[in-house]
Amino acid sequence: MTDTLPGAAIPNPLDEAAINAAVEDAIAAIAAASSLEELKAVRLAHTGEKSPLSLANREIGGLAKEHKAAAGKLMGSSRGRVNQALAARTEVLEAENDARILVEETVDVTAAPRRRRAGARHPLSTLQDRVSDIFVGMGWEIAEGPEVESEWFNFDALNFKPDHPAREMQDTFFVEPPEAHLLMRTHTSPVQVRSMLEREVPIYVLCPGKVFRTDELDATHTPVFHQFEGLAIDKNLSMADLRGTLEHFARQMFGDEASIRLRPNYFPFTEPSAELDIWHPGAKGGPRWIEWGGCGMVNPNVLRAAGIDPDVYSGFAFGMGIERTLMFRNEVGDMRDMIEGDVRFSEHFGMEI
Amino acid sequence: MRIPLSWLREFAQVPADATAEDVMADLVKVGFEEEEVHRPTDELTGPIVVGQVLSLVKEPQSNGKTINWCQVRVVPEGQDQTLTGEGIDPSGVQGIICGAHNFVEGDKVVVTLPGAVLPGDFRISARKTYGHLSAGMIASVRELGIGDDHDGILVLSRIGLDPEIGTDAMQLLGLYDQAAEINVTPDRGYAFSIRGVAREYAHATGTSFVDPASKVNAPASLQGGYGVKLNDDAPIYGKPGCDRFVARTVRGVDASRPTPPWMSARLRLAGVRSISLPVDISNYVMLELGQPNHCYDLDKLAGDIVVRRAVAGEKITTLDDKERTLDVEDLLITDDSGAIGIAGVMGGAHTEVSDSTTNILVEAAHFDEVSIARSRRRHKLPSEASKRFERGVDWHVANIAAQRVVDLLVELAGGTADETGTDVGTAPDAVTIELPAEFAAARIGIDFTEEQITTSLVDLGAAVEKTATGYLVTAPSWRNDLDTKEDLSEEIARLVGYDNIPATLPVAPPGRGLSRSQQQKRRVVQALADAGLTEVLSYPFVSKAANDTFGVPEESEERAALKLANPISEEHGYLRTSILPGLIEIARRNHSRGFRDLALYEAGSVFLPGERLGTESIPPLGVKPSDEVLDALYDGVPHQPLHIAAVLTGHDSPAAATHTPRAWDWADALDVARLIADVLGVELVVSQGSHQAYHPGRAAQLALRSGDVVGYAGELHPKLLAAHDMPARSVALEVNVEALFEAAADVIVAKHISGFPVATQDVALVVPQDVPADHVLAALREGAGELLEDVALFDVYVGPGIEEGKKSLAFGLRFRAADRTLTADEASEARAGAVAVAAERFGAVQR
Repeated sequence: MTDTLPGAAIPNPLDEAAINAAVEDAIAAIAAASSLEELKAVRLAHTGEKSPLSLANREIGGLAKEHKAAAGKLMGSSRGRVNQALAARTEVLEAENDARILVEETVDVTAAPRRRRAGARHPLSTLQDRVSDIFVGMGWEIAEGPEVESEWFNFDALNFKPDHPAREMQDTFFVEPPEAHLLMRTHTSPVQVRSMLEREVPIYVLCPGKVFRTDELDATHTPVFHQFEGLAIDKNLSMADLRGTLEHFARQMFGDEASIRLRPNYFPFTEPSAELDIWHPGAKGGPRWIEWGGCGMVNPNVLRAAGIDPDVYSGFAFGMGIERTLMFRNEVGDMRDMIEGDVRFSEHFGMEI
Repeated sequence: MRIPLSWLREFAQVPADATAEDVMADLVKVGFEEEEVHRPTDELTGPIVVGQVLSLVKEPQSNGKTINWCQVRVVPEGQDQTLTGEGIDPSGVQGIICGAHNFVEGDKVVVTLPGAVLPGDFRISARKTYGHLSAGMIASVRELGIGDDHDGILVLSRIGLDPEIGTDAMQLLGLYDQAAEINVTPDRGYAFSIRGVAREYAHATGTSFVDPASKVNAPASLQGGYGVKLNDDAPIYGKPGCDRFVARTVRGVDASRPTPPWMSARLRLAGVRSISLPVDISNYVMLELGQPNHCYDLDKLAGDIVVRRAVAGEKITTLDDKERTLDVEDLLITDDSGAIGIAGVMGGAHTEVSDSTTNILVEAAHFDEVSIARSRRRHKLPSEASKRFERGVDWHVANIAAQRVVDLLVELAGGTADETGTDVGTAPDAVTIELPAEFAAARIGIDFTEEQITTSLVDLGAAVEKTATGYLVTAPSWRNDLDTKEDLSEEIARLVGYDNIPATLPVAPPGRGLSRSQQQKRRVVQALADAGLTEVLSYPFVSKAANDTFGVPEESEERAALKLANPISEEHGYLRTSILPGLIEIARRNHSRGFRDLALYEAGSVFLPGERLGTESIPPLGVKPSDEVLDALYDGVPHQPLHIAAVLTGHDSPAAATHTPRAWDWADALDVARLIADVLGVELVVSQGSHQAYHPGRAAQLALRSGDVVGYAGELHPKLLAAHDMPARSVALEVNVEALFEAAADVIVAKHISGFPVATQDVALVVPQDVPADHVLAALREGAGELLEDVALFDVYVGPGIEEGKKSLAFGLRFRAADRTLTADEASEARAGAVAVAAERFGAVQR
């Protein structure tokens, strides 16, 4: 090190020691610069026009011819070392600077606001889509029909005799005037009749939709609820095909462990008829049988009403409640939660089920 | 149907230790759903014994009451008390305080000893009262849970009992019995009897069965009895209302005798109240054999019994002391005095048996199901009798049931039966069904053996004859539900067991997936949820006022709505013509629960009656109606388009640090409507709207290009919001999406994408205030020509610098050519063309 201040004296470009001292001075100052601003000042002092090295360099012009090459070489390498040190230090300081800015820009991500509402589907509507998709995947089609329906489609075509108690057990809402024979459908079965009238056999359709019964709303009843009913009409269909279809469906809904059980029952539109229980492996409180719906082989009178020859074709039908399915599948304890429209109910499910 | 197990055991092999639950578990296999268990011991535990009142001291009290201080022997004299426990006196005599006064010294009574528990968790213990230690209670029937009477305690002699002291009173009163309650489906009338259920129990368990009918010794024929005529001059569907009437006479009965406890216990467990001995016997036989029957006070009958239809205006006072006006379709039991019963539904009050009755005429008849069902409905008189007749009663059991009633009246009421009797009517033809050999196997999917088929059918009570092609089956007379080969295959499957049905998965033919409208519906419903709205579902039942407010606009002529004949509440007696009433109700409910920022939507049907409403008649079942009839049925069903409505209230997002939510306004409602249209690829034409539910200045009418109005969107009317307790400035929309579905293009034709640069130009136009921005935009678009790629309104200004009554609209125009880079001159020229049309149409002036 030398005690010569920069600019105080012009070192001789042939004086290797003096030049080295100036270089060392410069490199020390560069290393000491702690910010890009300080480095800028150091650069001006040690490489600017008035810096010792620049001034020494300018001296080369005045040297004897035979010394010029040696001085040029010395000065070139010396200034190169300084510039290299400058570039390296610049890079370091720029990186530090960038990093500091990013640190300063830190936010509390846990305080982020929700700027957009998260919407939600009603789980009954999502579940209806889910069920439909399973059957569409099996090659079935989805059929729909009106909610206010002719009495014929809802009852007579389904083999409900006019004065039979079964007809009253449906707790029907009738539409005025009674002479018009209109009612709120009590099941989605009228859609089956419409399907048979409008489609060509073989028919494999699922009929989901809203149905109506004159029950007061309580924890397990609602006057408006949803069903899905399936209908298959083909040659040589048997109750084994019904069971196979229901079992396949049950496994799609409740996993491979699920199975079904049929118990004899009565419906005017099927013969034989069965009550359908499902073995629900994930049921609350442990696996168990749960009553799920009704099913059976389509009564020949129903086929006849739709102009299908029961001696050639047979069919099966089944029907389940969507509310009921949601209640035991997703552990909904009270029917009213599905009805009241409290946003917490739908929003808890979001788009899933 | 409630089945006391002791009764079932008389005819079926029910294990001694079987519980009602066990019996239900067996019956469920053959198709009877479990309902409930009725078991007195669930609520009642002993020691409860027969005691004899040795002494009774009346002690008047300061409160005016007199109590009895009784010494009651509960162990036979000379024997030791074997019971131990606190309050049980080793002497066998209990000191008991009793407030009742209907008994005297020497009476045998029911004593609930300390340690006993009575219904209602009433625990008996020895306790100090009225200056004595009362160790037990002398019980009334109500306290024992076996009756309503609480006027005094149960004196056993009055129900015809004189048991030994110390007898287990629970045993004596049939309280260890229990009943299984099952649900009987409406096709199986025969199962509303012990007879029917015992047979089914045998089917379910593979055990033997004794037909209760076979235990009754009824004469093969009856003659010379009470005069009965069957005069039905107006049969329904050609079936006579009554095709059998058996009448028997029993004389000299003591109708005031108590019903024996075994009988009243069974009736009670079966859910039938004990009334008087003759009535109890009648009910008992009905429950046992399934044949409803009736006891008349013979001395109150006048002349022959005639079964006929009512004449217009005819009246009867029924057993429940109500006067009823009869319909000409009602089938009646009459005598010379007029109607004495509505056949199969309820008897008349005048000829009712009473305690003083000595001579009884027993009726056991067979009535037409439909006739009974209609009378029952007409008079709203569901009775145990009508329930059975409507579902079908065995024609052949009538005389047997009558005999059983006669036998019990003789045995229990001390009567004497007349040798003579009446039995008129004609037996229906037995139902024979051809069952092809392979039919049941094909329908059920089980390869039934011949033996399985014949055994099952014979077990049911059918006669089976093997034929060349299968079986000829004669259905049992009590199974009116067996008509077809399908019915028989169900029976075979049921008896072999549904659990044996294998599973095969049929393969549907190639399907077409969701239909276009199903896909469209899904897309829209999902898009709204994706956009941040919450789907809810409301009931379609609304008030007339709600339909008037939210339905079709006032000036329209088609404002009709469907009315329900039997709504749950009269207030909500109509079917919705708009989804908004239900949605607003839900919004209000959420608001009241503290949820202030809401965006709710619902997709659902609305009900719009047209000119034709239903059909005057409906075709019969089992036959395809003609095309004309079918078309009429289709046409009569009202139009029920799918609507989507939404209600937005409060803010678009929750308030949070560094985030200021925006209040929903009318434009959001319009935006949601536009989103629906965008999702479906349909253009909505928006114009200033007028609808009574909306703010008169902030409602948009939504139409298709065709001009068809498909809905409204905007701010709800302030008065309406106030009336519904809704926050001010709430907005809503409703769109007939079915109309949008139909308007959507089948195929969207691609547009050429130009890679040449865009030239943008802005223009500000001053126009009169009342010119809709949308119209100016349309004019610009028209005038700009084909170089215009897009035009958008980006500012509306009213204020200094703009003439009063005018506004400045600023538009950004984007020009682009398909084949070249536009010059500035070309773009300016196109802009000038646009401005020219706006100027010509609306007097628009460039700022």
